[in-house]
Amino acid sequence: MEDMKQIYIRIISLLILAGAVALGWFVLAQPEAKPFSLGLDLSGGTHLEYEAQLEGIPAEDHRSSMVALRDVIERRVNLFGVAEPNVQTETARLGQEERVFRLIVELPGVTDVEEAVAMIGETPLLEFKAQNPELSEEEFQTALNQQTQALLLDNIKASNPELADSIVSQQDDAVSEPFISTPLTGAYLDGAQMQLTQPTPGQMAGQPYIVLNFDREGGKLFEEITAANVGKIIAIYLDGAPISTPVVQQKITGGEATITGSFTLDEARQLEGRLNAGALPVPIELVATQSIGPSLGAESVEAGIYAGIIGFIIVAAFLILYYRIPGIIAVVALVVYTVVMLSLFKFIPVTLTAAGIAGFVISLGMAVDANILIFERAKEELAKGATIYDAMRIGFSRAWLSIRDGNISSIMSAAIIFMLSSSLIKGFALTFGIGVIVSMVTAITMTRWFLLSIAGKKSPQWLRTLFTSGLNK
Amino acid sequence: MSIIKNKFIFLTIAALLVVASIVIVAVKGLNIGIEFTGGSVVEVSYDERPDTETINQALASYDFRPSVQAFGEEGYIIRTRELSEADRGVLLAALNIDEQAPQVERLNTVGPSIGKEVRSKAFLAIALVVVAIILYIAFVFRKVSPGIEEDAEKIPSSWKYGFIAILALLHDIAIPIGVFALFQIEISSLFVVGLLSILGLSVNDTIVVFDRIRENLTTNKEEKTKESFAATVGRALRQTMARSINTSLTLLIVLGALLAVGPVAIQELALVLLIGTFVGTYSSIFIASPLLVLWNKGEKA
Repeated sequence: MEDMKQIYIRIISLLILAGAVALGWFVLAQPEAKPFSLGLDLSGGTHLEYEAQLEGIPAEDHRSSMVALRDVIERRVNLFGVAEPNVQTETARLGQEERVFRLIVELPGVTDVEEAVAMIGETPLLEFKAQNPELSEEEFQTALNQQTQALLLDNIKASNPELADSIVSQQDDAVSEPFISTPLTGAYLDGAQMQLTQPTPGQMAGQPYIVLNFDREGGKLFEEITAANVGKIIAIYLDGAPISTPVVQQKITGGEATITGSFTLDEARQLEGRLNAGALPVPIELVATQSIGPSLGAESVEAGIYAGIIGFIIVAAFLILYYRIPGIIAVVALVVYTVVMLSLFKFIPVTLTAAGIAGFVISLGMAVDANILIFERAKEELAKGATIYDAMRIGFSRAWLSIRDGNISSIMSAAIIFMLSSSLIKGFALTFGIGVIVSMVTAITMTRWFLLSIAGKKSPQWLRTLFTSGLNK
Repeated sequence: MSIIKNKFIFLTIAALLVVASIVIVAVKGLNIGIEFTGGSVVEVSYDERPDTETINQALASYDFRPSVQAFGEEGYIIRTRELSEADRGVLLAALNIDEQAPQVERLNTVGPSIGKEVRSKAFLAIALVVVAIILYIAFVFRKVSPGIEEDAEKIPSSWKYGFIAILALLHDIAIPIGVFALFQIEISSLFVVGLLSILGLSVNDTIVVFDRIRENLTTNKEEKTKESFAATVGRALRQTMARSINTSLTLLIVLGALLAVGPVAIQELALVLLIGTFVGTYSSIFIASPLLVLWNKGEKA
């Protein structure tokens, strides 16, 4: 009965080994098939963090605004031809304060922060605003005048700061906003075309203007907003400033709006191009940037692999010299464990960062520890006079409780860290957590099967010596 | 037995190291990186590196509040206040020395609000992990709680195992923090990663020894052997000694290789882990188990 069981164990062990070799060949010998996905700290690239300004937008629309924002930026980045960009949103809560919405843009290969920022900064912010209903017509006119003056002053400041200083600002009172946000934003923009007005007599050419086409939902919104504001002004804001303030004559159906402004032909063409590449639904502000040079990245990967190989060879030599036959089995099990982990990294895929590799190394350390625990217990059983087979079997079951408790507390820690922390530390928690789980099913279970399949029922002294460890016989 | 007999020597050494770490942190302070405080850091490299004084002079006329530090063979790391887009251009232009434009290896800017968030998340993560570990150990060791035996010597309640594991953990993270304060090495997010790893490794180490104590207590009960709690702990320590040393030896080998030839980017991480593995092994052998015996005695008296 026991003999039959051992035959099964041997067959399973051989199958596992064959499977591991196949997996190793399939995953690691063909690096072109599916490369590892490397984090920015290893591959080089730029990491930008923006904070979205959602003031004035109702809380229930925050999430959809962020999705729209992400889509626009993603389109923009793709247009620029960056390989595998990563654009994601993140919500953070700062103490008791309100929630903060962030947009994270990762651009592998782009190492010039200025270029990257400029590329995203090109994306126009398009908003449609309606007259503030809390203001009377008179108050509205005052607010509008003040806004116009302020804009004028800003323009002067930009071109001639000294002149601007000499102008005494009349805005002593708190200024009320003449316009308030509507749900209609650049997120609903389908496209834009520049067109020319018919030249009036005496003009060489017509004035350029821009026609905005909304998507279906945007068209409906525009219809509702114009219907509610007949006789009032709808202001079109571009990059935070009113660019066109037409008075609504009647409800507009068909999803088309026109921006008339005093642009030159070149300016109008440029605006058309920018709008066609997508327009932002909400303003964003750059809060953090990070760039890693490509040389730093490549050196890190090479040095990491080199250090890993040296470390592994010394550890393997130590295990084999000290633990003899079980040591050899442990080394085989650890190699299989490493192959399984690397395959998972490729296929999940897990983005590898320096912190993530640290997590992997620590989980490897725990896998080694589990093996050492088993061997030490087996050695005790051998010393008590058990057969090799029984010693391995009992050694494993005794060590299992310690391994289980240690590993569960590690998995628990990894889960807590993963849920709570910023992206860098998340990478660590992920590889550490996966590593511990995988080591429980590979390194530990496999070591057991391999040990049981080579341990014989007869145990002559020379074989017992090969199964014990340390400096004693 | 000798470890339990000489426990006061080992506990004193540990206490001295922890106190020294706290004093060093209090006196010298920690060199906290921009990830936690907000600010900018620029790493540049030159074909022919100008000396630090030249760089300082080149930046003297701006209000960047720079701190310049030579890095590697040909580079500098310059830390400044938070730089705007325009500032970055000005800074890089100022670094063109003798018409030699530096290669920008890294340029990071972190706003103060993000810094604050990263800081509070790191603290929260460490605190929650500590709480979870106490609860878990108390749960796992619940069966060795007192009240099982009537005439045998009283054994510690499972909560004590949890709290002592945490005491050992605090020791394990205090010392690396002290070392980083002593040498004024920059504290980055990777340092927090290192501390979290130490938490994981050290708790694993402590659990292995506690587990053996639990097993010995169970077999004593089954075989009706009378043994003092101190002797049971001493025996568990002897039985797990080879494993503790061999495990930390293998980890130290790997970490040593990472520190010696690994990427510069994770050398500080390798250093935290190296120190942490060493003191972690020390604490599970020489602190946790002796404390368990001590606390148990205190209760009895």
